[in-house]
Amino acid sequence: MHNPPPAPVPFRGGGFRPQRLRGVGVAVFVVLILVIEWGTRAGWISNLTLPRPSDVVATLVQLWKSGLFLQHVVPSLTRLAVGSAMGVLAGVAVGVMIGLFSLARAGLVPLVAALFPIPKIALLPLFVIWFGIDEGSKYALIALGTFTPTVVATFGAVDNVDRTLVRMGQSFGLKWWSIVRKIVLPGALPGILSGLRISLSIGIILLVAAEMLGAQYGIGAYILEAGSLYDLERLFAGVVILSSLGVVVSWLIALLEKRLLVWRS
Amino acid sequence: MDLIIERLSHSYDTVNVLSDITLQVPSGQIMCVVGPSGCGKSTLLRMIGGLERPSAGHVLQGGDVPPDCLNPLTFVFQDFALLPWRSVAGNIGLVLEDHPLDAAARAARVADVLARTGLSDFAKALPRQLSGGMKQRVAIARALAVNPAVMLMDEPLSALDAQTRELLIDDLVGLWMRAPFTAVYVTHNLAEAVRLGHQIVVLSRRPGRVREVMHLRIPLDQRTLADPVLQAAQERLWALMRDEALAADQELADA
Ligand SMILES: Nc1ncnc2c1ncn2[C@@H]1O[C@H](COP(=O)(O)OP(=O)(O)O)[C@@H](O)[C@H]1O
Ligand SMILES: [Mg+2]
Repeated sequence: MHNPPPAPVPFRGGGFRPQRLRGVGVAVFVVLILVIEWGTRAGWISNLTLPRPSDVVATLVQLWKSGLFLQHVVPSLTRLAVGSAMGVLAGVAVGVMIGLFSLARAGLVPLVAALFPIPKIALLPLFVIWFGIDEGSKYALIALGTFTPTVVATFGAVDNVDRTLVRMGQSFGLKWWSIVRKIVLPGALPGILSGLRISLSIGIILLVAAEMLGAQYGIGAYILEAGSLYDLERLFAGVVILSSLGVVVSWLIALLEKRLLVWRS
Repeated sequence: MDLIIERLSHSYDTVNVLSDITLQVPSGQIMCVVGPSGCGKSTLLRMIGGLERPSAGHVLQGGDVPPDCLNPLTFVFQDFALLPWRSVAGNIGLVLEDHPLDAAARAARVADVLARTGLSDFAKALPRQLSGGMKQRVAIARALAVNPAVMLMDEPLSALDAQTRELLIDDLVGLWMRAPFTAVYVTHNLAEAVRLGHQIVVLSRRPGRVREVMHLRIPLDQRTLADPVLQAAQERLWALMRDEALAADQELADA
């Protein structure tokens, strides 16, 4: 009998742990755009299918120079800010109430469940009657659209706050309001912020939809006009503005999380 | 402050958890409570601290509360219960903020308990930066900050490793020697019980009844691991608990 020679123990750990890779995301964008540019120049992408990226850039530059850029973007940003501020603030308030009071939970959870799946855009005609054709109906649409996901995220986050911390607060005789303000709300903040990501994305979608249905200025109106003229360069210029808006919003929330949640390990 | 527990019983729905518990905790003494897991130790402690109502019987508090006591019955929890978003000083300050103290008095109290627990250098650290032993020191400092009449400690050292546990027992003995406090100290560790208890209450398995109350008269600072009297006490406790623990271990949770 002889023993096999000693061999190293094979490695079988690792994986299941996404690493942070810088620059890959940008590279994907750049490659995609270069391929389209090449295709449209070489002719194997017809310019009825996709516009040439360099033309889209030229359109954006033109838009900026003519001053129309701000004329479209400022009203859009105002609508998004006002509408989602109303929706998110009301949503956090209602979500916290549902999280804290059994009566609010019993009464409001079914209502929110009924509101959530309604495509809010279907309600726009109704909002036009209630709040007028101007800004009011747009604010209402964005507010309602951001309200429901915020409520759901907030009461889930409040439910997940460590109850031993609440008991600790009670055992030291903290006032009810102190417990809510110093234990429940900070504990729910991570969940509320990740809900905010979803709410604001929905807000952007509804913003465009509302502007398409009735607005003189705004990114949605700009895209609709370009689309009806089959002006692909301008259509894509509008889409680029929207994507950038999405990226900026998500970056702002990441910044907020970094600032407010340093305590997380 | 003394505590008197009279004929206390409790059941959750149909589960009888505690049965006819009568105990007394004299002022300035530590009462350790040991018993098999699930026998109702934590439930008993929550009732003493007023976080839960017993089904029958009552808990009485007698005697004077120390001057400038802000929260007579104060808990120290097994899992520390520190707010992760507040610094060490912020966690201690939390329990003072609802009391009418001016900023200077509050800061003085925080600094005092940080010094007493050896945490002065860590005032600005966040809980996630601390080891388990340091976190429990913060929780003890927080409890001391309200100048409690009675400390209610629920397995405060169970989440810590053996070496850290020894260090914290020494810390607790030191704190008690300098300023004797009244405490109910729940543990499943018999060595802890004989090191810290002036009296040691053994509970039976569920429903928890008082099986025996053991008194130890050796001063806390003279108790060592090797002391034959404490060894004998620990063995006697284990003899009392062994069969109960075995039976409790084999019970089905929802049978
Ligand atoms: N809130 C509760 N509702 C129902 N049963 C409970 C509750 N809290 C504890 N119990 C039950 O009471 C018994 C005693 O629990 P506990 O006091 O935590 O035991 P110990 O701390 O001695 O391990 C256990 O069987 C546990 O399942
Ligand atoms: Mg317990």
